[in-house]
Amino acid sequence: MNGEPPPLLSTRGISKDFPGVRALDGVDFDLLEGEVHVVFGENGAGKSTLISLLSGATRPSEGDLRMYGERIELHSVHDARSRGISAVFQEFSLIPQMTVEENLFLGEERRRGILLDRARMRREARSLLDDLGFALSPRRPVHLLTRAEQQMVEIAKAFRSDLCALILDEPTASLTDPETEQLFALIGTLTARGVGIIYITHRMAEIRRIGSRITVLRDDRRVATMPVAEATDESLVRLMTGREVGRVFPQRPLSAGGGEILALEGVTTVDGTILDVSLNVRRGEIVGMAGLVGSGKSEAIQAAFGVLPVKSGRIRYKGSAVTRRSPARAIRAGFLYLPPDRKEEGLLMMRPARENMSLAALDRAPVRRGLFLDRRAEKRIVARIADHLALSPNQPERTVDHFSGGNQQKVMLSRSFAQDFDLIVFDEPSVGVDVGTRAAIYRLIVDLAKSGTAIVVVSSDLPEIVNLSTRVYVFYRGRIQAELTMPHITEEGVLAHFFERAA
Amino acid sequence: MPGKTGVLMKRLFVRLGILPFLLVIAVIIFALMSDNFLTSRNLTNVLRQSVFLTIVSLGQMLALLSGGFDLSVGTIVAVSSVVGALAMAGLHAAMPEAITLTIALGCLAGILAGTMIGVANAVGVAFFRVSPFMMSLGMASVGFGIALYLTGGVPVYGMPVKFGDVFGFGSWAGVPSPVWIAALLIVLMAALLYGTPWGRHFYAEGGNAKAAHLSGINVTGTLFCTYVLCALLAAIAGMLLTARLDTGEANIGASLPLESIAACVIAGVSLRGGIGRVENVVLGALFIGLIQNGMNLARIESYLQTVVLGSLLILAVVADQIRLRYVASLKN
Repeated sequence: MNGEPPPLLSTRGISKDFPGVRALDGVDFDLLEGEVHVVFGENGAGKSTLISLLSGATRPSEGDLRMYGERIELHSVHDARSRGISAVFQEFSLIPQMTVEENLFLGEERRRGILLDRARMRREARSLLDDLGFALSPRRPVHLLTRAEQQMVEIAKAFRSDLCALILDEPTASLTDPETEQLFALIGTLTARGVGIIYITHRMAEIRRIGSRITVLRDDRRVATMPVAEATDESLVRLMTGREVGRVFPQRPLSAGGGEILALEGVTTVDGTILDVSLNVRRGEIVGMAGLVGSGKSEAIQAAFGVLPVKSGRIRYKGSAVTRRSPARAIRAGFLYLPPDRKEEGLLMMRPARENMSLAALDRAPVRRGLFLDRRAEKRIVARIADHLALSPNQPERTVDHFSGGNQQKVMLSRSFAQDFDLIVFDEPSVGVDVGTRAAIYRLIVDLAKSGTAIVVVSSDLPEIVNLSTRVYVFYRGRIQAELTMPHITEEGVLAHFFERAA
Repeated sequence: MPGKTGVLMKRLFVRLGILPFLLVIAVIIFALMSDNFLTSRNLTNVLRQSVFLTIVSLGQMLALLSGGFDLSVGTIVAVSSVVGALAMAGLHAAMPEAITLTIALGCLAGILAGTMIGVANAVGVAFFRVSPFMMSLGMASVGFGIALYLTGGVPVYGMPVKFGDVFGFGSWAGVPSPVWIAALLIVLMAALLYGTPWGRHFYAEGGNAKAAHLSGINVTGTLFCTYVLCALLAAIAGMLLTARLDTGEANIGASLPLESIAACVIAGVSLRGGIGRVENVVLGALFIGLIQNGMNLARIESYLQTVVLGSLLILAVVADQIRLRYVASLKN
């Protein structure tokens, strides 16, 4: 062939079958030394399968895997790691009770005879972390670290052996902006050393920022590979979905909002995550809550919903005092909160989608009739919502863990339709979902607002805040830093209040 | 790649769990070992003997659904038996004419006493978040001690003869009366779990307690009801067993925690909570009754029977794990 060196890692015609399903179909993929190769596609397009094959977590049904042109077989994650291929998944494989250094050498403990060589591990951990420029103490327990720091530990683990290919699965999903910057700087250092990086993300801005090449997957096949510089947002969306997607963000309602539905007056929580917060929400509005992770933007709403205990201040809902009320009573009064972490707090993963969709509607008609459930009414309502949200596959009796991430999110968000609510809070409604699903979620939110429901969107995604909200509160360190109304809701306008106010 | 039948068996296994396979194997083995096994008289016998385990397993299933379990069900059976028998014997001696009233009050006393053990479990688990393991293990010791203390370790006699005649050996329309009561409880349980919002709450609480809480479900209350209902069912089983034995005894029920958990797990109730069906649990309990009966007919020593039962429980848990692995490999 030509004179170029063989790629660091490549697949030829690689496929993966699960009984009855083909999860990946004849994919050719190359990773070159020193590049950041973005893998892009809708949820369920085959991205996860591809990286689990490359990281040794599963083995291909057909096709082969090559490293520097030589065929290799990866028998396990451990095997892949010993060849220098490491993956950092969204769910970390760290043991919270153990320290950083204990985690770093887990499974490869340095020994002297049969005893642990603690001094050597500490030395090596120190030099590993210094080498990567991570300001972490090796003796700190992992559960005390921030999410970004935990990710650093996870990445450092990959460096125990000589790293040549690193797979990052949506690494910025739960990072704050400064943490993301830190990660990007590290990626720069790694690529300069010749490490190839496979990077999975849904965020267009990140692709532009750090990507060298991009491969788009759709329906378990590769549809295109191109340099990032040649890809436009429109072409990527078209390649990914196979159709033209209109604007991601629908036209938001422009009315000033109706009667006040929720008001917080000088509220401080027991744990101090919010301090002296006053805000209000009116019918027909979409109120955006912006701010860094831990700024109190989510906690303010959780206090109103009754999840976080309130120390002082007053909360009014529909005109009556509701300070220190339980979530159950809030929901009965028409106030629904949809949490950010669907797996942890949102869904019963082993139960059918139907039960998850009707979960917050069990206490009232039409799902409840007297002492009993009206299962026929439940099925009818669920079927209607599933159609409306284009649940895929449209099988509400499937257990939730058999759906892709985006569709799991749809299942959780569809609770807002199973019952008439007066106030619905979406906390990070589009975390880890693809652009197509994202557009569907935004349409849902705007439709609800137009029908007179009061909406609150808590989000770390700035475009989401800026393009959906009719009013925005910006939080900083537990306090409201600013309230912005229509002409001032721009990325610059919101960002200006994200950090400490100058003087 | 496994063959076509292999894939089919795998799918059946994922869908139905281990129970149908075990049931077929057990029936074949015992039918070969004893001619009497597959007679209608013997199968009626199995039904009659399985009643107590079935009722206890219904309660155990609730505990398992919540992600916990109840190790004190045996003790609850013993306490209700002893207290019920003592109350009945005392009342019978005091007013030998009022037999129906005596039986009613005695049953009430026994069931109430057993349920109180469950209330203690419920307070610990739901309000103080004590692990169900510690709480029910502790209460098992407390209850057993009380039952022994009350009786001095000897069986309680002196209940009205009618009690045993009706609830132990009686039959209506050719079906033993305990079977009628069990059937009623099964129907009520199915109605509760499948037909009412509260049934859904049990599944939701065990499936993901945080999600249930945020969806407006009273998680503490649901957990509380779980252990109280579990104890109530065990206490009812205790009274039926007392009627059958004609004595109140502190030593009955020792094997019930293991047997009821085994019945549930074999029937596909998940130890992680949130999954399980009434009809399968009934089958699971009947299966264990069938095994015990078969082993008796085949003259297998009772000590060895315990070995078989323990092995079956472990086999069921292993099978559940393998099933989960298959489920993971069947989805993409």
